Amino acid sequence: MPIIKIWGGYSKLKKLNSRELAKKANELRLISLEMIDKASGGHIGGSLSAMDIMTALYFNILNIDPKNPKKKNRDRFILSAGHKAAGYIPVLAERGFFSKKLLATFNKLDSPFGMHPDMNKIPGCEMSTGSLGHGLAVGLGMALALRMDNYNSRVFVLMGDGEIEEGTVWEAAMGAAHYSTDNLIAIVDYNKCSMDGLINQVLNIEPIEEKWRSFGWEIRRINGHNMDEILTALSNLPKEKGKPTVIIADTIKGKGVPSIEGDYHWHYGLLSDEQLLDARRKLVGGE
Amino acid sequence: MGKSTTSMKDFEDISLRDAFGKALVLMGEKVPELVLLGADSLGSTRGAAFAKRFPQRTFNFGIAEQEMVAAAAGFATCGKIPIVTAYGFLISMRACEQVRTDICYPNLNVKLMATHTGLSMATGGTTHHCTEDIAIMRSFANLTIVAPSDAVETAKAVKSVIYYPGPVYLRMGRGEIPKIYSRDYKFEIGKSILLREGNDITIMAFGIMLIEALKAAEILAKENIQARVINMHTIKPIDKDAIINAASETGAIVTAEEHTIYGGLGEAVAGVTSAFYSVPLIRIGIQDTFCGIGPEDGLRKKLGLTAQNIVKASKKAILMKNKEII
Repeated sequence: MPIIKIWGGYSKLKKLNSRELAKKANELRLISLEMIDKASGGHIGGSLSAMDIMTALYFNILNIDPKNPKKKNRDRFILSAGHKAAGYIPVLAERGFFSKKLLATFNKLDSPFGMHPDMNKIPGCEMSTGSLGHGLAVGLGMALALRMDNYNSRVFVLMGDGEIEEGTVWEAAMGAAHYSTDNLIAIVDYNKCSMDGLINQVLNIEPIEEKWRSFGWEIRRINGHNMDEILTALSNLPKEKGKPTVIIADTIKGKGVPSIEGDYHWHYGLLSDEQLLDARRKLVGGE
Repeated sequence: MGKSTTSMKDFEDISLRDAFGKALVLMGEKVPELVLLGADSLGSTRGAAFAKRFPQRTFNFGIAEQEMVAAAAGFATCGKIPIVTAYGFLISMRACEQVRTDICYPNLNVKLMATHTGLSMATGGTTHHCTEDIAIMRSFANLTIVAPSDAVETAKAVKSVIYYPGPVYLRMGRGEIPKIYSRDYKFEIGKSILLREGNDITIMAFGIMLIEALKAAEILAKENIQARVINMHTIKPIDKDAIINAASETGAIVTAEEHTIYGGLGEAVAGVTSAFYSVPLIRIGIQDTFCGIGPEDGLRKKLGLTAQNIVKASKKAILMKNKEII
């Protein structure tokens, strides 16, 4: 198994502004797609829909240090929708937690990376995830523990929209409001698709805002591909003292690859050479 | 392991559950990282004393065991040592996936304290019986399984479990269990305890069945059969050496557990004997059935979880050993 050495680049990263972040997100989309291409398949749709939010978190918002990934007062990020790892792992590499060269091992025998992230193998990864509906409760435990120790750390939990169909999400939603964990921030990547179809045809999750509000959460509703809106939503948290915040981000599954955008069939897949070339032109320009 | 100044005398005449509650408070004083997580059952699991002493370190999640177990993982990643308390069937079945995926897979330092296990909730019926938990928990990598037999052992086990690195499932019954140990004995996770020497047959048991095993050995002794009795308080990792020695020195084994015979102690022991030293082995436990309703002792009698049944099985195993029956 490759032993990951912490690379530690970008430790003193200058925060990127919204234009730079949008560019970075597109570069990361391409890295993700190329990684998936080498692995002959991956969770393309959700990795691309969540990419702008993950990029904003890692290159502007989170208090983290790749040179000291276990510093106690760091912010935590949990990728509760663990299948978006194909997007998340390139973000961690680009942020300097490990070398980008390792991305070539994705899904290979004994690689630290597979479809779902393993906290004990990936520097910077705070929780092993993959089975949906676990992350918010894990994040609640972190938020409570950090508050006990008087750290100002925040805990961000990124969920898929289909994921909130899991009952455990609502157990945790109730618990977070009960314990007034305003250091817990949920993000719903609302790309309107799940595996079997359009989400509100598979199982209607609307009215989504009313659901969270009635569970005692503050709501921010944003366009999950508008970097200014993302940064505004992720800044100045909590929205209200004593209340957890949920950011409902309207996104597009497969964002950045025109031929697959909004198509639920692209939950998992492999782009053709032509589609990949197209994506490259669209995302970073040129060949 | 830490040094204890606690007098075990305090634990001699109380129930196993009360011993758990008391030990938890003592450990709370010593280990500041301990936090207690409950699911609207802190009273019946005896976490209430800790909750009263350390309200800032106690979190009641309400009737939401899956959330509680997942949250325990979060606490552990931040350096806390979460004590998760709930009825055993809820930890092992309702929150099964959280135990496996959020605790065992990342190998987090969470202590799952399962109360009311076995047939403790006898009149509660099948919904509240906890007779499959060991089978389920044994299949999870990284998880240690400990099942004390009386109040003194519970106090010692709680302490050992808290100082033991990694995830542990502590299995406790509810009933008032007659005292088995004096306060002086040493408890070590993974190391079984020889309670009675004998070379004709070995009886291995844990929890409430240990008393029955000792009673069976008494009865057998009257018929000039010397039974070795071993307390297998740690079901995983199982004490391989003790099993191999018992197999080679006594030539036959009976296991007794208040649990289904599928996947419990009996199969753990058989796994060792079949690989290292094959001898006749008979498993006393719950057969392929749900158990029905009744008082605890009535149910155990009906299901054959008795000293008499252990005696019968022991005699049969000895006949098998001597090739008088096959």
